[in-house]
Amino acid sequence: MRPHVLVLRAAGSNCDVETAHAFSVAGGEAQRVHVNRVAEKPSLLEKTSILVIPGGFTYGDDVSAGKVLANELMTRLSEPLLRFVERGGLVLGICNGFQVLVKTGLLPGWDEQTPSCTLAGNLSGRFEDRWVWLQPRSSQCVYTRGLEKPIYLPVAHAEGRFTASSPQVLDRLAGNDQVVFRYTDALGNDVGYPGNPNGADRSIAAICNIPGRVMGMMPHPERHIHPTHHPQWTRKSGNGRPDGLAIFENAIRAAQE
Amino acid sequence: MYTIVISQKNPEMDAHARGTLADIRDHGLTGITRVEVDRVFRVEGNLSRDAAELLATRLFVDPVVETWAVYAAGETPDRQGASHVLEIAYNPGVMDPVEGSVLKASSDLGVALGAVRTAARYRFYGEATASEILDAAYAFLANKTVNHVVMGNDDLPKPFAAEEFKGPSHVELVDRDDDDLMAISRGRGLSLSISEMRRIKEHFEQLGRNPTDIELETLAQTWSEHCVHKTFKGRIEFDGEVIDNLLKQTIVKATQELAKPWCVSVFDDNAGVIEFDEKNHICFKVETHNHPSALEPYGGAGTGIGGVIRDVLGTGLGAKPVANTDVFCFARPDYPADEIPDGILHPRRIMRGVVAGVRDYGNRMGVPTVNGAVIFDDRYLGNPLVYCGTVGLLPVGCERKTVLPGMKIVVVGGRTGRDGIHGATFSSAELGSDEENVWSNAVQIGNPITEKKVTDVLMMARDRGLYSAITDCGAGGLSSAVGEMGERTGAVVDLERAPLKYEGLSYTEVWISEAQERMVLAVPPQHAEELLALFESENVEATVIGEFTDTGRLVLRYHGVEVADLDMRFLHKGVPQVRRNAVWRPREECDPVFEEPASLNADLLALLSHPTIASKEWIIRQYDHEVQGGSALKPLVGVENDGPSDASVIRPVLDSEKGVLLANGINPRYSLLDPYFMGLAVIDEAIRQVVAAGGNRGRTALLDNFCWGNPENPERLGELVRAARGCYEAAKAFETPFISGKDSFYNEYAVPSGTIAIPPTLLISAICVIEDVRKLVSMDLKEPGHFVYVVGLTRAEMGGSHYWMLHDAIGRDVPKVDLASAPTAMDKMSAAIRAGCVRACHDCSEGGIGVAAAEMAFSGGVGCEIDLGHLPADSTHGRSDILLFSESPTRWICEVPPDRQKEFETIMEGTPHGRVGQTTASLRMRVTGLSGNAVIDLSLEEMKEAWQRTLREV
Repeated sequence: MRPHVLVLRAAGSNCDVETAHAFSVAGGEAQRVHVNRVAEKPSLLEKTSILVIPGGFTYGDDVSAGKVLANELMTRLSEPLLRFVERGGLVLGICNGFQVLVKTGLLPGWDEQTPSCTLAGNLSGRFEDRWVWLQPRSSQCVYTRGLEKPIYLPVAHAEGRFTASSPQVLDRLAGNDQVVFRYTDALGNDVGYPGNPNGADRSIAAICNIPGRVMGMMPHPERHIHPTHHPQWTRKSGNGRPDGLAIFENAIRAAQE
Repeated sequence: MYTIVISQKNPEMDAHARGTLADIRDHGLTGITRVEVDRVFRVEGNLSRDAAELLATRLFVDPVVETWAVYAAGETPDRQGASHVLEIAYNPGVMDPVEGSVLKASSDLGVALGAVRTAARYRFYGEATASEILDAAYAFLANKTVNHVVMGNDDLPKPFAAEEFKGPSHVELVDRDDDDLMAISRGRGLSLSISEMRRIKEHFEQLGRNPTDIELETLAQTWSEHCVHKTFKGRIEFDGEVIDNLLKQTIVKATQELAKPWCVSVFDDNAGVIEFDEKNHICFKVETHNHPSALEPYGGAGTGIGGVIRDVLGTGLGAKPVANTDVFCFARPDYPADEIPDGILHPRRIMRGVVAGVRDYGNRMGVPTVNGAVIFDDRYLGNPLVYCGTVGLLPVGCERKTVLPGMKIVVVGGRTGRDGIHGATFSSAELGSDEENVWSNAVQIGNPITEKKVTDVLMMARDRGLYSAITDCGAGGLSSAVGEMGERTGAVVDLERAPLKYEGLSYTEVWISEAQERMVLAVPPQHAEELLALFESENVEATVIGEFTDTGRLVLRYHGVEVADLDMRFLHKGVPQVRRNAVWRPREECDPVFEEPASLNADLLALLSHPTIASKEWIIRQYDHEVQGGSALKPLVGVENDGPSDASVIRPVLDSEKGVLLANGINPRYSLLDPYFMGLAVIDEAIRQVVAAGGNRGRTALLDNFCWGNPENPERLGELVRAARGCYEAAKAFETPFISGKDSFYNEYAVPSGTIAIPPTLLISAICVIEDVRKLVSMDLKEPGHFVYVVGLTRAEMGGSHYWMLHDAIGRDVPKVDLASAPTAMDKMSAAIRAGCVRACHDCSEGGIGVAAAEMAFSGGVGCEIDLGHLPADSTHGRSDILLFSESPTRWICEVPPDRQKEFETIMEGTPHGRVGQTTASLRMRVTGLSGNAVIDLSLEEMKEAWQRTLREV
C-alpha cells in the first residue's frame, strides 16, 4: 500500500509541488493540502502517515522565518498535531518546514517553556543557493537509515544558521542522538564557510526528535532526485542514484512498518 | 499604540549591522565604531500592555538570539547607550509588506490589532554629529521615495484624510489653445503630446462637452508610449524613405514570413506562446522596469519581476510561472562618488538594491531565477536598465480568452492604494534631478506573498474553468486592464467597490493606481459565487467591481454617479499616429595604433577582471535557481560549481525529460558603430549559446527588448530603425521567429549640460525546447588528453571589442555576422553535440577565444594548450592579439575526445574549424602565438582569481 503523504501548503509555500513529486517517485500517495483545509478538518491527519512541511517563505518569512505559520499551527492545530506525533506519525520539515518545526517546539521536542534553539540569519547576511556535503549522524532517525557516507544536496536559504541558547543544549542534542546531518566535506571532515553555508553551531544541518520520526533539515532532498539535478552531472559518464531519494524512500518504508 | 523593539543578543553576528558600519565609515564617518540594528513594530488598536507583551514574547522575539522591550505611546525607547538613534520607516501610502502577516498572526493569538507599521532602528556608537548621521542615512539606508528617517521624537506621518466626493470634476479643454493644452498635459503628468491633446479636444468638442478628469487620465494611460508603442507603430521618415509602422515592417514581419507551426500565439497576448509537449505550451515575456529602479532600486526591481510574472499569469487563461531571467545594465560599481550628478543614486547602491529586489521577490514567489547578464558602462549612470523575464507553462486548451457581455469583472489579489500612480506615463518621460519628488508616487514596494497566494488560487480556478478571460493589472492599473478586456464589448465599473488599502483615494486614483499584485478576471455570472468562495478559502481577496456590456462604451461610476463614459473605439483606436524623422550616418572611428605586446598575460587578466566579463556568482547564488525541482543545467557549472554556463535549462514537467533552455544576447558597444550589426550580433550570440548547451535553432524563438533614448531625437530613432532591420534579417536567416517584445524609450537623464543618454541597448532573449535534457553539455573542460577545436572564422573586426576598450578605443570595424553561412555553422555544431562528439562547448563572446578558453579551463580544473597557428582565420595581419581577442560572431570552442575526432570532423566539413590544441593535466593555459612564442602562460588559479575578484562582494 502506498502510504498517504500530506504536503501542507500555506501562503508562500513554494516547494510543495516538487516535494509531493519526490514522495510519489519514492512510492507514496502525496497530496498537497492548504492549512485552512486541515484547520477545518483536523481529521485529515488521522489517515495521514507522513506530514510534510515543505520549503518556501510562508507568510513572507515576515517577523522571522517560519514564525507566522508556526504560530498558526500552534494556535489552530496544536492538539491534532501533537496527537499525530504521539501516535508515531512521521513529520518532515524541509528548509522553511524545519524553521516551522523548530518554532513550534516540535523540534527538538523537549516540551520547553522557552525555546532553546533556533534557525537564525546566515552569517553571510544573505540568501545563498549552493550545494553542500552532509554527513549522516543519527542511528535512530528513520529518514537516514542505511546512510553512512556523506550525501550531496543543495541549500537555498537566508535564515538557516542552527544555533542554541547554550553549549549544553548542543551537548544534549548530541547525547540524545538527535543530530541527523552535519555539514562536512565530501569525505566527512569538518568544514568552514561555504561548506557550512550559514555558520551553524557545530555545523548542524538537520535534527530529529528523540524517537527519530520528526525531522527538520535545511538542505533540499527533493532537489536531488533526478540525475540532471546534480550540478556536475555533465562531467560524469554514469551517475549513481541521486542522493535525495533515500530520504523519501526511508520515510515511505518507515510508514509501511 | 505600543512600540515593540527587538534587539540582537549578539550584534556582532548581524551581517547587516556590520555592512552598515563599513558603509558609514566608507562614507567618511570614521568616528563611528559600532552600529546595531533593531526591528521595530508599532501596533495600534484597543489593546492592553499585557497583550502587547504577549505579542512581543510569543510572536516578535526569537528568544534564543534576541531581546525585547515594549513601550507605550509617550514612553521613549531605551537608547542603549548609543550616540545617535534613528529609525527608517515607510512613507504613508507605501505598502508595508510585513503588516498583513503580523495582523494574521496576532489574530491567531487572539489579539485584534487595528494597524501595524514596521521600522528599522539603527543605533550608532562613537563620534559624529546628528546631521552627518542623517546625511549618511539618506546616502545608503533610506530613500525618500519610499521611506524616511525619523530622529528623536518626530511624530509618525499621519495617514491620509478622506476627501468628500462632490461629483465628477471636468477638465476645460474646449476652446483652449495649444499652450493651454500642453500646460494641462504637463501639469497633470499625462505625458500626452500636442497632437494627442488636440485629438482629445476635437473628440470632446464633437460631443459638446469637456472630459472629466478620469476620462482624460484613462486616455493618457491607454495612449502612453508604455501601452501602445507609439514610436514603433508610428510613421517614420528615414533618410527620405517612409516607414509606416516599424514593428510590422521588421519584427512582426519576420515572424509572419517564417510562419512556424509551433508558434501558438505571438504579439497579441501578454506573452508569446510556443508549443512544448502534448499537454503544455510554454510562454515567455521580458519586460523592463528602468525608471522605477533608478529611483528606488529595491522596490523598482522587485515590482519589475512581480509585474512580468503577472504578465505570464495573464497569458491565455493563466500560465504557471516556471523560470525567471534578469539582465541588468549599470555604471561601474566603483564610479567616483563625488562625480555623480544630483539626484542619481550611486551605481553600487543601485546594483545592490536591484539584486536584492529581484532576489526577495523571485525567491518568495518560488520561481527559479536561472539566466541573466550584467553589463557595465558609465552611460547607464542616470538610467540603469533592469530587464525581468518570466517563462510560464500553459496547458493546451487554455490559449484563448473570451469576454462576453454580462460577465462579471472581478479584481483579485492586493488592495488598491495610492502607490504607483502614473507609472505608465512616468516611463514615457525623461528623468531629471527633481524626479524623486515629481514621480515618487510611481514607485512602489511589492508584496510577493500576496502574488504567490493569487497564483496558487488562480491555477485552481483556471483548472475548474471558473473564468474565461484574465489580464494583469500593470501599467495604467484597472484603467488599462478593464479597458483592454472590454475593448470589443463595453464595460461598466463601480469604482467604490474596489477594495482599498486605506481611505482617502479619489475615484481617479482608484482607477489608475498601479498598486501591485492584482489581476482582473472575466467571470461568467453562473461561476461567480464559486470563484469568490475559492479565493476566500485561501485568504485571497476577490471582488466584483462591475461587468462587461454590449454598449461599446467604458462607463465608470462612483457611488452611483457616472464619472466617465468613453467610446471604446476612440479609447483604443483614436490615438493619432506619431510622425517622426530619423537619420543615421556611420561613425568615423579609427582602430588604436600600438605595437603587439610580446606577452598577452596582462591583457587576458585585465579582460577577465572587467566587470562585464567577471564572475556574477555573488548575484547568482542570491537567487534560488533550483526551486520547483526542475533544474537540469545550472547557471553555474564545473568542477567547483562556479563556471559561467552559456545557458540554463529547466524541466518544467517533473516526470518528463523535456526541457526549456534560456539564453540571451546583449552587446551595447556595437550600437555605437552600427545598430544594424548589433542586431545581428546579439541574435547570433543568443542562438550560439542555445547551440553551445545542446539546443538547436529549429526549436528556438526570440524576444526583443529595445531600451533607447529619446525617440524624438532623429539620430536615436535612426539607430532604432537600423537595429530593427538587423533583427528582421537575422531572424529570417536563422529562421527563429520573434514571439514577444517590449520597448522602453526616454532613457535619458537631464543634467545642466544636456542629457546622459544610454547607448542604444537591445536585449535578445532566446527560448528553445529541448527534447531530452540528458543530451546537454556544459562549458567546463572535462578531461586531459582531449582535443580542443575552434569552430567558426576569426576575423580582424575589433570594433567595439573589449580588447580595444583596454586601449580606450571603440575601433573601426564592427563584427559582422555572415548570415549566409552562420545558420549552417549553428546546425553543424548542434549536430556534433547531438551525436555525442563534444564533451564541453563554450561560445566566444566578449574577450574572444582568450576569455572563452580561460573560462573553460578554470571551470573544469583542466589545463589546455592552444596554438593560434591552427586557428581558422581570414586575415593576413599576423597579430596574435587580434586572433586571441577578436569578437567575431558564430564561434565556439569545443572539447572533443580523440576517439570522436573523425566523426566530429566529418560533421563539421564545410564549416571553418581547426584543431587548435589539447587539454592537459597541468593546471595551466598556454597559448602559442603566430611567431611560435607563448603569448599566454598562466595558471588556472590566477586566471580564476582575476575573474572572481571584481564582483566577489558588491
